[in-house]
Amino acid sequence: MQIDLRTVTIKPLRQTFDHIARYLGTDKPVSRYLEGSLGIQPKDVFHYRPTWDPEHEIFDVRRTKIRMKDWDALKDPRQFYYGAYTSARARQQDTAEANFDFVESRGLVETLPEDVRQAAVALLVPLRHVAWGANMNNAAVCAYAYGGMTAQAAIYQSMDQLGIAQYLTRIGLLLGDVESLAAGKQAWTNDPVWQPLRRYVEDSFVVKDPFELHTVQNLVLDGLLYPLVYDTIIDQIFAARGGAAIAMLTQFMTQWSAETRKWVDATMKAIVAESEENRTVVQDWVDAWLPRAKEALLPVAAIAVSEQAPALLDEVMEGFAQRLAKIGLSA
Amino acid sequence: MSTVFIALQTNEETRPIIEAIVEDNPHARVNEAPAMVKIDADGRLVVKRSSIEERLGRDFDLQELHINLISLSGNIEEDEDQMILAWKN
Amino acid sequence: MDMQVAKKKLGLKEKYQVMTRDLDWTPTYQKMEDIYPYVQYEGIKIHDWDRWEDPFRLTMDAYWKYQAEKEKKLYAIIDAYAQNNGHLNVTDARYINTVKLFLTGVSPLEYMAHRGFAHVGRAFPGPGPRVACLMQSLDEMRHFQTQVHAISNYNKYYNGFHDFRKWHDRVWYLSVPKSFFDDAITAGPFEFIVAIGFSFEYVLTNLLFVPFVSGAAYNGDMGTMAYGFSAQSDEARHMTLGLEVIKFILEQDPANLPIVQRWIDKWTWRGYRVLTLVAMMMDYMLPKRTMSWKEAWEIYFEENGGALFRDLARYGIRMPKCAETIAFEKDHLSHQAWCTFYNYTAATAFHTWLPNEDEMQWLSAKYPDSFDKYYRPRFDFWREQAAKGNRFYNTTLPMLCQTCQVPLFFTEPGDPTKICYRETDYKGMKYHFCSDHCKEIFEHEPEKYVQAWLPVHQIYQGNCFPEGTDPTAEGFDPLKAVLQWYNIIHGRDNLDFEGSEDQRNFAAWRAQATRNV
Repeated sequence: MQIDLRTVTIKPLRQTFDHIARYLGTDKPVSRYLEGSLGIQPKDVFHYRPTWDPEHEIFDVRRTKIRMKDWDALKDPRQFYYGAYTSARARQQDTAEANFDFVESRGLVETLPEDVRQAAVALLVPLRHVAWGANMNNAAVCAYAYGGMTAQAAIYQSMDQLGIAQYLTRIGLLLGDVESLAAGKQAWTNDPVWQPLRRYVEDSFVVKDPFELHTVQNLVLDGLLYPLVYDTIIDQIFAARGGAAIAMLTQFMTQWSAETRKWVDATMKAIVAESEENRTVVQDWVDAWLPRAKEALLPVAAIAVSEQAPALLDEVMEGFAQRLAKIGLSA
Repeated sequence: MSTVFIALQTNEETRPIIEAIVEDNPHARVNEAPAMVKIDADGRLVVKRSSIEERLGRDFDLQELHINLISLSGNIEEDEDQMILAWKN
Repeated sequence: MDMQVAKKKLGLKEKYQVMTRDLDWTPTYQKMEDIYPYVQYEGIKIHDWDRWEDPFRLTMDAYWKYQAEKEKKLYAIIDAYAQNNGHLNVTDARYINTVKLFLTGVSPLEYMAHRGFAHVGRAFPGPGPRVACLMQSLDEMRHFQTQVHAISNYNKYYNGFHDFRKWHDRVWYLSVPKSFFDDAITAGPFEFIVAIGFSFEYVLTNLLFVPFVSGAAYNGDMGTMAYGFSAQSDEARHMTLGLEVIKFILEQDPANLPIVQRWIDKWTWRGYRVLTLVAMMMDYMLPKRTMSWKEAWEIYFEENGGALFRDLARYGIRMPKCAETIAFEKDHLSHQAWCTFYNYTAATAFHTWLPNEDEMQWLSAKYPDSFDKYYRPRFDFWREQAAKGNRFYNTTLPMLCQTCQVPLFFTEPGDPTKICYRETDYKGMKYHFCSDHCKEIFEHEPEKYVQAWLPVHQIYQGNCFPEGTDPTAEGFDPLKAVLQWYNIIHGRDNLDFEGSEDQRNFAAWRAQATRNV
């Protein structure tokens, strides 16, 4: 059967907004990501200087050492605008919910070997605070970075990290109880094992350059932390020791870090490719922070895998060095 | 006495919610605007989970209200079972 | 293992507690004042951030779930609206001008709110307010983008939308909302949240969204109605944040009261001045009116705001002192604004028109004390002149208020026939104001307001012409040059609705959709 669908066809006067057509050099229909993201941050005609930072305009390229001809070049390869972002996260939280349900309803926590359960609690609960720090740092990137592309992705990253801190809290409650959360916080603030990492995080809180912060938090720290804790310790070592249920509970983090890495790498690559000056600036940041991150994560890994830690961390570092090389940086 | 209100979109999902609110708050006044229902009440308005569940025939999380909520006024007190809007005067 | 037995179930409040503020700790490797450098200088004293009451206890998983559901519904409507040429179902094409005003005047503010709430969220040492502010920053991104996406379809078929981003920065009347938000975001974090979270979101936002969105629904614009109501569902959270902030600050220290009261006075007035555009939209631009500006003010400010300020009286807060001036202006505001825009429509990115007889009767009925006496005669006169071929366009640039940046067209409190002028001297320069309130705001912070980028001053200083323009050349037409710099296309984006391309296209397309032509 032939369906003859008749609609009224009227000819549009234009396909998109002028600021987008000017950027692309042509008036054509664009994706919702581009339409909602290109050129959205005001660039001039600021009425007043911030009373909290009178040296700068509201949005000011001089807040960073990075120089870009086109700040909208820092696109997000995931093409996340708000609708696409929440829809992706809603699907992931659905899976996470099903995983938590599965583990709880089958009583899988009771089947975990006690040493694995204890190691998981000791390792994961203090990481709530690391994620909370990442929430704060990405809020700063959103607030002070120049360009709507970076700011937008940074608020998603910030709230993702809050979500991760909340998943870690639930894991703590599921594998332990409220007291486990208190013990985890106690370890985070006092146990020598966690102090290099806490110092790293607190030192990052006073970093003013938003792109340095992006490097310190999203590239360097998370670049080591997620492969080490989630991909290696939980998914491989704990799973081999009868702790596969824990890997179900951290699936969100594993998938999330693989996904957000695309954004981090794309932005870092564009920054580094822009100029030799940019490359030097970012390389200096990496040189300053990477050894500290490595040093801070070693005792943390040892909580779960004791003497295996240095070898595992070296393996993760090797992967990270390859990642840096692709960006145009070196370890 | 000061008035509090809650305004919801008019649709299939809010019909049972509005019914529940009206029944639980006999002093409330219902105003239907285009595509929106605004419920005013003197002093205090309560939204009860159990009343909504009774009409829906399923579990209801009070946070689901956010999906169709347009506006409200008053101080909010919220727990698992009810949400209260009230002015303290 | 008996762990299961020992476990107690957490209530909503306790659960939210461990999911948010318990994540925080007191830093020792860096000093608090270095991590949070912006919370001292406004003089607000906070002794215990833990006393913060969380307004809505939404964790991220629930947030993602509900927001994704809202987005799915919304984009389904936006898609269907575009596919069905829904724009041809609006009451009449004049209506589309309200959408132009919204995209050019309001949507860019949503963007600024996104950045502003990220800034204050980062600035506050309290984890409770931080989480609420950051969630709002994320929501504001949603509002900006859903508006752009919904209105994108209008831009394809109608003028007056195409360069909204540039217009918001440059065009004279859009500097009113722009400078409003620039003022807030450049203030300290506490002032920002009182300005936007409380004064704007809690006290005034209902006046912006509810009438605008009901107006859209009433005029057949389902796309706008959908994003409007969908955005409002987030506003309910934002309003509650605004109220909690005020209560929290006031409960922390009695010394905070005078500071907060001054901010409420200032920001209610600043916000109200921005709403001038909404007043005119409600009374003149919606072909089918839902309610008058005056009625909306009475319901949403006098009634609801009255209840709010009675509630806050226990902290010593009183009604903003501008309320009296506003009560007087409510009979005049929309009329004076529309008359001004009718005069200056050669330099606007939307069309104006004279109200027809039906509409004037509606205005008489809604404004029995002012319309027939002061405003009908003006419209009658302009109509007569236009019929004779003397359509009046004002080409002299108006004086702008140094604070709110609205042209000086408001009248003296108590005398609607006399324009209100105020001035003050500061460091050898004279500054002009539309009202006592704007003058007082300036005098409290002159160093801030002398920086204002006033569009009229900028034009006179030669800063608003395309590069390479020679204003001394023979036959130089300053208005033409300014419009070029704005990228307002003369004859398409501006001037009367009557005879516009929008009017012609709409009529032709509607005929194509409803008749066999």
